Amino acid sequence: MGISIEELNSLQIDVLKEIGNIGAGNAATALSKMISKRIDMDVPKVNILEFKNVAELVGGPETEVVGIYFKVNGDITGSIMVLVDKKSAKMLANLLMGRDSNGDDLDEMDLSALQEVGNILSGSYLSSLSTLTNLNLTMSVPSLAIDMAGAIISVPVILFGQVGDRVMLIETDLFEGTYHVKSNFFLIPDEDSFEILLKSLGVF
Amino acid sequence: MIDIVKVGMADLNTTFCPGVLTTLGLGSCVGICLYDPSTKIAGMVHIMLPSSAQIKNNSNEAKFADTGIVKLMTEMIKIGAKRNKLVSKIAGGAQMFNFNDTSEVMRIGLRNVTATKETLKMLNIPLISEDTGGNYGRTIELYSETGILLIKTIGYGTKQI
Repeated sequence: MGISIEELNSLQIDVLKEIGNIGAGNAATALSKMISKRIDMDVPKVNILEFKNVAELVGGPETEVVGIYFKVNGDITGSIMVLVDKKSAKMLANLLMGRDSNGDDLDEMDLSALQEVGNILSGSYLSSLSTLTNLNLTMSVPSLAIDMAGAIISVPVILFGQVGDRVMLIETDLFEGTYHVKSNFFLIPDEDSFEILLKSLGVF
Repeated sequence: MIDIVKVGMADLNTTFCPGVLTTLGLGSCVGICLYDPSTKIAGMVHIMLPSSAQIKNNSNEAKFADTGIVKLMTEMIKIGAKRNKLVSKIAGGAQMFNFNDTSEVMRIGLRNVTATKETLKMLNIPLISEDTGGNYGRTIELYSETGILLIKTIGYGTKQI
């Protein structure tokens, strides 16, 4: 059986937090290069939360949010999900396409841009993880959904729920000019992969 | 003022008439509503996974279809509901993200619905109506006065079942 978040000791949590920091930093750098603009980032917060508190991060279970989901394959398997509120999603899309705001609704072009942003963020995160662990990791194409936060979050929560009652996520705030984007990043190793991941980090 | 009781993820609750039970933003999880029209006692459980078997940490009965429905039924009988009068309505079990290769993990919504129906059948509780599947979230409200289940979505309308 897999390891649950509850069973991790403080050293393991610290190592996972540090990976979160490095991964988020690289992700912000990649985004900055792509749009040729300086992007500032707050120190990422790594949260371990009970299920019922996850939706509150993005304004409650009925708030409309965007989830971008990837499957991870290679030496370990699992999933990655990027969760942003609708306002941040619109800003990210605008940032990428270098345009000013044009309303709150997300059109086809925005969705396509968001999948690309998701790709950049998750890809650079995964490549830092791969470098640190020497594990060979690949990522699927993105799948995007816009819906109630509770419904979107149910996906990572169910995956974590197979072994425990808590989830781990990395909260990153990005700034560019007047833009302020709040993003949440879930890394969910499949049952047996958590152990492999911790072993390759030398903390198991 | 009618009491609106929230049911969280992997949680259950019951109410007497005229209370309303609600669960917000159901995705791949399934909301199971049990209702006894004779006493107007209503109950709702928000399950996340199909089965508690083979799960190491299965102390929270409301998390699983198999144990959650039994627990809810027991709680309702405890407060006066009649076992042989119970009927059910279910909603949820969506697949939020689409992938070409639908692995076991991604089909969790469907598996939750199947396990729910099997458990209801085993307990001999009739399933009156359902709104399951699809790729969108649902907020549900169960009215103990009438037994009506109201389903709200973003972009897929509102309906009563």
